[in-house]
Amino acid sequence: MIDPTQGGPAQGNPGQGRAAAGSPTDQRSWIERVPAGYWILGLILLIMPAVAGDFILYQIFGWSFILGIIALSLMFLAGYGGMVSLVQMTVAGLAGYMLAIFGVSAIDTISLGWPWYITIPLALIIAVAFGTLTGWLAVRTEGIYTIMITLAIASAFFYFTRQNYVIFNGFSGFNGVLPPNLFGVDWRAPAAFYYLTLFWAVLAYLVVLYISRAPFGLALQGVRDNPRRMAALGFNVTAHRVAAYSLAALLAAIGGILLTWQSAQISPGTAGIGPVIDILVIAVIGGLRHPIGPFIGAFVFVLLRTFALDALIAVGLSGERFQLLIGIGFLVIVFWSPDGLLGLWEKLKAARRKDPLLDRGGETPGGQR
Amino acid sequence: MSEQLSASITERLGATGTANALELRGVSKFFGALAAIEDISMTVRPGERRAVLGSNGAGKTTLFNCVTGDFPSSSGSIRFFGEDITAFPPHERIRRGLRRTYQISLLFTGLSVRDNVYLACTGVSRSRFSFLRPRRDDSLMASADNLVHVVHLDDARDTIVSELSYGQQRQLEIAMALAGAPRFILFDEPAAGLSPTERSELIEILLGLPGHMGFIIIEHDMDVALRVAQSVTMMHNGRVFKEGNPAEIEDDPEVQALYLGDGHG
Ligand SMILES: Nc1ncnc2c1ncn2[C@@H]1O[C@H](COP(=O)(O)OP(=O)(O)OP(=O)(O)O)[C@@H](O)[C@H]1O
Ligand SMILES: [Mg+2]
Repeated sequence: MIDPTQGGPAQGNPGQGRAAAGSPTDQRSWIERVPAGYWILGLILLIMPAVAGDFILYQIFGWSFILGIIALSLMFLAGYGGMVSLVQMTVAGLAGYMLAIFGVSAIDTISLGWPWYITIPLALIIAVAFGTLTGWLAVRTEGIYTIMITLAIASAFFYFTRQNYVIFNGFSGFNGVLPPNLFGVDWRAPAAFYYLTLFWAVLAYLVVLYISRAPFGLALQGVRDNPRRMAALGFNVTAHRVAAYSLAALLAAIGGILLTWQSAQISPGTAGIGPVIDILVIAVIGGLRHPIGPFIGAFVFVLLRTFALDALIAVGLSGERFQLLIGIGFLVIVFWSPDGLLGLWEKLKAARRKDPLLDRGGETPGGQR
Repeated sequence: MSEQLSASITERLGATGTANALELRGVSKFFGALAAIEDISMTVRPGERRAVLGSNGAGKTTLFNCVTGDFPSSSGSIRFFGEDITAFPPHERIRRGLRRTYQISLLFTGLSVRDNVYLACTGVSRSRFSFLRPRRDDSLMASADNLVHVVHLDDARDTIVSELSYGQQRQLEIAMALAGAPRFILFDEPAAGLSPTERSELIEILLGLPGHMGFIIIEHDMDVALRVAQSVTMMHNGRVFKEGNPAEIEDDPEVQALYLGDGHG
């Protein structure tokens, strides 16, 4: 269920039937191809700070965008590459740690206090190197073994950071890790942080969408569906997969830096086993077929995480049941719609388009699946 | 860097001039205890067109898999235009100008005809890692369109592959094998399952390939094989049984016995 390559026919279909619309050979200009829904959603997101309160902006949207970016890196690997990596949150955590260690934090015995224009690129480079190395190990395995090896690396990182006091400051980690006051803006002010995270979320989304139809992304989907054929076309399947891990690591690292700024701290728990699994849950709930899925998943996850507790207590249940609620949600989604909420939405759209009198199906985009 | 490059080019040019397109020495492939092919030695000159005949299970497809590296051979050596490619992974062999088609079509069924061929064209070009979408005047796109034309699929260019007829899928297989600058192609039963009209179209395509482009074609149908090939290798039980020109093979009593006995020909 989780691995999109499982259960499908050996000769799959990159583009999933949406090929005609997003094909590299599509000749319409890009403006014409932007659906109306995007304009509306874009407008709503842009004017959000005018209507929403600080808590909504900072905690709900800011956090959703950040988790969305990290889950997007998993969607890229799993959806287009067929590789389920549990190491994405770890890459994000590593980027956060590097930021704290090389830059400024409250733990000035460890933090080197270098300026942001050195620490941010350095954090990204180290995180990408780590992600690439993980990929290099993981692409030699398939399916469940990929999950296991990446989970092993994620747990090793968690325990290592918790026990290492010399560099990672052990259990308590680093606090006071703040974004630079670039352009005189306090980037942790709710509206500023909202726009900061929105900007990176949109950019990450567009980059993934764009690459999915560029030769690299197309080939990645080819590798997912039919590695043998891809090799016979001259593609180095292993190199392609490792490169996908590198790109995914870059996305996760950006998310990790934003995540560290949001709470102004990084500690072992940030990339503990719980959060590592959360990213998988978010990506699967949202849907692995399209890069918008992880953001939908993250939004739902953050809403549940924030409000389910109060809601549960209000109806007289223990707040602890929140995890149970997410677990049940996960189960329902995986059971009813393996393509996540996104798949559910597409199903609804297809059903609505069906003419009840003629009982004729509309031109569903997934018609050729 | 450029010195190295020019060295490898002269090396290859030199090799092209003198060496054989394909040279197999004692190639074997075992699946467990089963020898799918055993001690195959075979030499094919540049530009030569060879037919490989043999009954079901003779090891023809396995021979192709060993040459392209889909399966590594168990023993023996393989030279491609003078270069020892025995230990090369498949993509390295393909990048040196080797191509193949599959007996059972391996296509990307969710993509259009044009995108399948485009993928094949990027695979043997430098832009296979490109993060930039192709522009309208992209040269790879142009060569993809050209290949679509070569195999007579212009009308189906934007059709999703899963909607193609069987015959059209076979034609697409051939277009994908022609991507880039092939020096030698392995066709695995391209005519199997085709209608008589499609068959003659296929023969026309094969005869229309540029003269320097040698190939091996596996074909059960003697009529097709003998029309496009200048030499024939008969395989039987994983070994080379007979080699010669078409006339010799056709008249060979042993071959006749084997073939007629099997109900072929
Ligand atoms: N992947 C494999 N694993 C195990 N045995 C195999 C494999 N591929 C082929 N064989 C065996 O090797 C032998 C040769 O098979 P091969 O496919 O090369 O024959 P062929 O000459 O191409 O036959 P056909 O005319 O049916 O295509 C057969 O006995 C086959 O069962
Ligand atoms: Mg065969």
